[in-house]
Amino acid sequence: MPSDPLVAQHVLEFPGGYTRTTGPVIGRFLSELRGRRIVGVRTKEGKVLVPPLEYDPATGEPVTGEFVEVGPAGTVTTWAFVPEPGAGHPLDRPFAWALIKLDGADTALVHAVDAGDPKRLRAGMRVWPVWNDHPTGQITDISCFVPEVTDIVANVRTEYRLQAGGALRVFLEGIERGVFLGGRCDTCAKVYVPYRLTCPECGNAIPETLELPDTGTITTFAINNLPDPRAPEVPFVSAYILLDGSDIPVIALIGDVPAHEVRQGMRVRAVWVPEPERTASMANIRWFAPTGEPDVEQP
Amino acid sequence: MGNRCAVIGIGQTRYRSRRTDMSIAGLVREAALRALEDAGLTFKDIDAVVIGKAPDLFEGVMMPESYLADALGAAGKPMMRVHTAGSVGGSTALVGASLIQGGVHERVLVVAFEKQSESNATWALSTHLPFSASLVVGAGGYFAPHIREYMRTSGAPDHIGTLVAVKDRLNALKNPYAHLRIPGIDRAMVESTPMLWEPIRYLETCPSSDGACAMVLSSEGAITGTPAWVHGTAMRSEPIFRAGRDTVSPQAGKDCAADVYRQAGISDPRRDIDVAEVYVPFSWYEPMWLENLGFAAEGEGWKLTESGATALDGDIPWNASGGVLSSNPIGASGLIRFAEAALQVRGTAGEHQVDGARTALGHAYGGGSQFFAMWIVGRDKP
Ligand SMILES: [Zn+2]
Repeated sequence: MPSDPLVAQHVLEFPGGYTRTTGPVIGRFLSELRGRRIVGVRTKEGKVLVPPLEYDPATGEPVTGEFVEVGPAGTVTTWAFVPEPGAGHPLDRPFAWALIKLDGADTALVHAVDAGDPKRLRAGMRVWPVWNDHPTGQITDISCFVPEVTDIVANVRTEYRLQAGGALRVFLEGIERGVFLGGRCDTCAKVYVPYRLTCPECGNAIPETLELPDTGTITTFAINNLPDPRAPEVPFVSAYILLDGSDIPVIALIGDVPAHEVRQGMRVRAVWVPEPERTASMANIRWFAPTGEPDVEQP
Repeated sequence: MGNRCAVIGIGQTRYRSRRTDMSIAGLVREAALRALEDAGLTFKDIDAVVIGKAPDLFEGVMMPESYLADALGAAGKPMMRVHTAGSVGGSTALVGASLIQGGVHERVLVVAFEKQSESNATWALSTHLPFSASLVVGAGGYFAPHIREYMRTSGAPDHIGTLVAVKDRLNALKNPYAHLRIPGIDRAMVESTPMLWEPIRYLETCPSSDGACAMVLSSEGAITGTPAWVHGTAMRSEPIFRAGRDTVSPQAGKDCAADVYRQAGISDPRRDIDVAEVYVPFSWYEPMWLENLGFAAEGEGWKLTESGATALDGDIPWNASGGVLSSNPIGASGLIRFAEAALQVRGTAGEHQVDGARTALGHAYGGGSQFFAMWIVGRDKP
């Protein structure tokens, strides 16, 4: 746009700023602010005006000389949100101008509330002042008000070294070799897999391992529609698989078949990762996949 | 069974997703003060405090009972914590009752709570320890296969779970403490929600709640107010990994029910019990527990649900309060069942009162359907 010679900027500013006499009431308020306290003044009718005024707006009478400390917290009564702060605003990010009724006051103070998301603002919100580092006796000694602390983040973390001992070590060493190791309780005549040292039914020791095939039958399953880092996709099927020759199912992922084609009684076989990639970990088994054999009738 | 024991005070918080207005201590105190007020007592009148909650990982506060002693007026008194997974609320009531029945104390305050909003229960129940390859994601992931097996073996039609999901939420509309209040809830609404862990739909699962429940238990000589008399108490557990374990209808549940019925002189639960508060966190567990608890023959539980017998106006209302499906502060959920059973026989259940209820069952279960706690309470002195 071509500049118009008949348009000009003009600044009207008293050099150095006006020196304004506060009077004793406002002066006390600002002096207390410099000391990081907020005071109101009591009227003859007993109300506490914050910020203080020299004359009661309700009656026109001079206020009493009694100053009352209020706040520092207060309650937002109403607000206007400022999505794009301007040059003269107290904050350089979106904030709200709010009327804040400080605790113990009968009137509300206008100040800025820094609450982040405008959705957090509501009448009745509790706010606390944030003081600026070098108070000088001005209303801006309070940088802004912020929401009351209602929760904290507690970072609880425990870290420990987990050692696969006894039976689990034996079982995982079998997995590394590509076999499932179980064990038979001689008393109950039940075969448990993974291998365990004692029978959960009778408590007897299970001294020897028993090699089981990597084929089995799905007894039941869930189709999981919630993502999980251990599953390749959603939905995924987690199934109870009764390995042939065992008496207790193991839980494993089912793959190579659409989730809704999985059936109770379906025959499956473990899909192992290639031999060079194998470790003593259940990650050796990618998942179980259908063998194509006829389903086993479930009792 | 020892000395007579009665419930003389019951207090509950309003259950909701997030009780951001108070700390854990504030939550348990709110329930405790309401229970004391109901009994016309104060903390001074209490001899011992029993606290129950589910795993510490839920709030990340280890041994919270120590921190809660002050809030529950337990300083200088015997105080202990109970933990039996999801059944803990029920077990907490039973431990408290045993202190009365054994003649150790005259009045015991039992309190159970959970503040699920402080973390995420699915995370806390699926910690993925090294070396294990369990693909179980949260409680729903664990229970879904067993529900599928129940559906197959019983031949129950698909909509039975939906009926329970609707019925319990309709009941919740009559319970001022209930968390889920869904006006207009119906089958179409439940069936329009997604499958989370098929065959479990979103609205067939329990919510995550913050809340606490408390009861004052009393010996016969220390009764104030209206008593609900304890007629039987039983706990059972079984190992999760046991060859041949019936995961649909666990033996521990059958044994626990048989024990509590024997004590209370119940030969036919459907006839002899007027109302039952049973731990049903997934809707299909109503027909499953109807069978496990002997209200229906094996494979027939779903028919009882379908007939409307378990509705508020049926002949054996189950979960008149809205149940776990409507409010689930996990550690407290079992105690709420026990407390609601007591409210019914005292005749103080309000809008969800079952007319003329004289005998009620409170039930809780936990872990992989491994831990069971039950009691029978009655209007009449045993
Ligand atoms: Zn054995």
